[in-house]
Amino acid sequence: MTTAPLLEMRGITKRYPGVLALSGVDFTLQAGEVNCLVGENGAGKSTLIKVLSGAVQKDGGTMSVGGQAAHVGSPADAQHLGIGVIYQDFKLVPALSVAENILLGSEPVHRRTPVIDRTAMEEKAASALGRLGEAIDTGIPVGHLSVAQQQMVEIAKALSRDVRILAMDEPTAPLTERETESLFRVIRSLKESGVGVIYISHRLEEIFEVGDRVTILRDGALVHTCTIGEIDRRGLIRKMVGRELENEYPRVSLERGKEILRTENLSSDRVTGVNLTLYRGEILGLAGLVGAGRSEFARLVFGADRKSEGRVFLDGREIDPASPHRAIREGIGLLTEDRNRYGLIMQMSIRENISLANLRAMLTGPFIDRRKEEAAARQLSEDLRIKSTGTGVIVETLSGGNRQKVVLARWLNTKARVLIFDEPTAGIDVGVKFEIYTLINRLAERGIGVIVISSDLPELLGICHRIAVMCEGRLTGIVEGGEATQEAVMTYAHRNRP
Amino acid sequence: MISHRVAGKLSGELGIGIAFLLEFVLFSLLSPYFFTPDNLLNVSLQASITAIIAAGMTFVILTGGIDLSVGSLVAFAGIVSTTLLKTGLSPAAGFIAAILAGLAIGALSGAFAGFCITRFSIAPFIVTLAMMTIWRGAAFVWTDGRPVWELPGGFAFLGTGRLLAVPVPTIIMVLTFFASHIILTRTRFGRYVYAVGGNIEAARLAGIRTGKVLVNVYILSGTLASLSGILLASRMNSGQPNAGVSYELDVIAAVVVGGTSLAGGAGSIVGTFIGAMLIAVLRNGLNLLNVNSYFQQVIVGVVILLAVMLDQIRRRRT
Repeated sequence: MTTAPLLEMRGITKRYPGVLALSGVDFTLQAGEVNCLVGENGAGKSTLIKVLSGAVQKDGGTMSVGGQAAHVGSPADAQHLGIGVIYQDFKLVPALSVAENILLGSEPVHRRTPVIDRTAMEEKAASALGRLGEAIDTGIPVGHLSVAQQQMVEIAKALSRDVRILAMDEPTAPLTERETESLFRVIRSLKESGVGVIYISHRLEEIFEVGDRVTILRDGALVHTCTIGEIDRRGLIRKMVGRELENEYPRVSLERGKEILRTENLSSDRVTGVNLTLYRGEILGLAGLVGAGRSEFARLVFGADRKSEGRVFLDGREIDPASPHRAIREGIGLLTEDRNRYGLIMQMSIRENISLANLRAMLTGPFIDRRKEEAAARQLSEDLRIKSTGTGVIVETLSGGNRQKVVLARWLNTKARVLIFDEPTAGIDVGVKFEIYTLINRLAERGIGVIVISSDLPELLGICHRIAVMCEGRLTGIVEGGEATQEAVMTYAHRNRP
Repeated sequence: MISHRVAGKLSGELGIGIAFLLEFVLFSLLSPYFFTPDNLLNVSLQASITAIIAAGMTFVILTGGIDLSVGSLVAFAGIVSTTLLKTGLSPAAGFIAAILAGLAIGALSGAFAGFCITRFSIAPFIVTLAMMTIWRGAAFVWTDGRPVWELPGGFAFLGTGRLLAVPVPTIIMVLTFFASHIILTRTRFGRYVYAVGGNIEAARLAGIRTGKVLVNVYILSGTLASLSGILLASRMNSGQPNAGVSYELDVIAAVVVGGTSLAGGAGSIVGTFIGAMLIAVLRNGLNLLNVNSYFQQVIVGVVILLAVMLDQIRRRRT
């Protein structure tokens, strides 16, 4: 190959106070190529993308685009160079229409006037969407679209700016399986038109499906880069983690105890008549497509939403989880799906987040006893191996995996007897995933009843004793661990009636 | 080991603390009368009325809310108390009844505001704006626009008396701040206030009864506004229906200058105290230097802006 690569980054170094986020990283992207950027949280993937997009300034190294030295001093520079980034949280204005969002900041105007040319705008927006094979009405507000459609609007927005280099940060995290497939179709058609795609994902299957090349970072340094055919899943994990993982899914045998949680005909507007029993020491998976009502079921049991009908029993005794406050007092805990939005108080320290659900136990008289609080937090931080310089560290500064551990520590501090994990490993890297599975196993061994909701089916098959499957708000089937296969679960997941 | 949070907090109050000290030194150099016990006690007395309200407002703003009703409550509580004083109960009983009734008005007002905010999900700005108008109107309706005069002797002690040369309102202010600081930093309620302001849904899912926390915060703010109203009535030895006009803005300024974020979740009582004092000292110093009172307003505005700007710059750096 004699042509210059589309993007070449050489020796990129970025220093934050106290941390070397990137040390001399090389990264190359050819036109029409999908280069997957992988690594554990904190490996430097996001920082590299931020350098590329001008969100932060590199401290060392060189960059060239299309063979010409390029300086990216600001996001505007990046845009001029044809660099676009699709972040996990979209940069869209919900109240504005699809067309207005796509052309935000580069609206076509009537000649010599400041008046927006609406017809031209609609046409341009429609043609950008057309390139993606998407037929979204350009007139409706973006806030009314599904997450997948919003993502397409983001991509169309980038295309309308003649993007040649498109970076996507965990684009499939909020998508259903079907939406993921159509995203992959779009990525393939972008490749054909010569766009270079940088693809970041924790889901390794996707990398093998959509990637041409993979670039592995660890601790801010380049570990390895090769074409996708030259590496297998196991090798990829080994290079990411830096050691051999014996088994992706640790498993404990079940000593099924007595019934601990039972629901009878539990219903709301999103859940219909769920009868489910959970036993002490059991890890029960809850599978289903996105929108099947799994999280909604968990929220009913936890009292986060009000049930319209049905009963909940704990240890055979009927309880009324009318609010999270009540549910927690009964001994039920929920680790919510989006831990940043619903789990943690970001400005608070690790210690304060851990004690939050059980401050009562930290009191001496009417006052919070710092020593009790600190002792509990330190103990749990050590147990769960939360990596930080102390329990006073603000959780906002922690990585995703450590944040998840802080939430878990909070529930362990409540002495909960039933714990519901909603997507516990979403956005968490392989090494920490293994730790989370091990912790879940330890909880089960202690006799706690565990429900795990996950869209990662291999994960459920790997760690659960039984898998209950939901579809459109109903429980459609239960598969015993031994006989559980992806096919069996997916059959139930698509079955509307039992 | 000093935690990041504590370090962050200290540096937060350090910034405004240094500004306050500079101001102090500046006025001491410029005016020989400034740094005298008499003047400093006088400043604390001047500051006390709004500072006491600012302590309550800090709780409200920490939850991400706002309480605009405090200025009107100052007037209405003052009027309720002074009216009751004149009913002719025995001096002691009348005195206690008057004060309790005044405080109860604030507590009820706060409870009602909190109820509207939590039950009907109306923005605190709107609810307390309405309360502000209602109490101001009620104060005028009750008195027909005339001050309540001819109060029994002894009532004036609250606002004008001194214990060991220290003005009574100053003592009440110091006690209020001490108690508020302890509540905010050492009790469950205080912790929940930060949690609710930081992320109300996460707080609810951690088992915190967020509605209860919010209602209590407005009760606290209303009660402290009433307390200030009683002190002010005592100082003026009358209940004035137009007392406390636009106090809510002075109070919010003190809280914000003290480093509490209007978005909620971050701030402190110590900061508010320094913020209130900084503004009071500024006014006092400018008076001593005979700065034209119209021009004083301009300077106070500029200082508020500067203080908040400096705070933002510091935050961005850390």
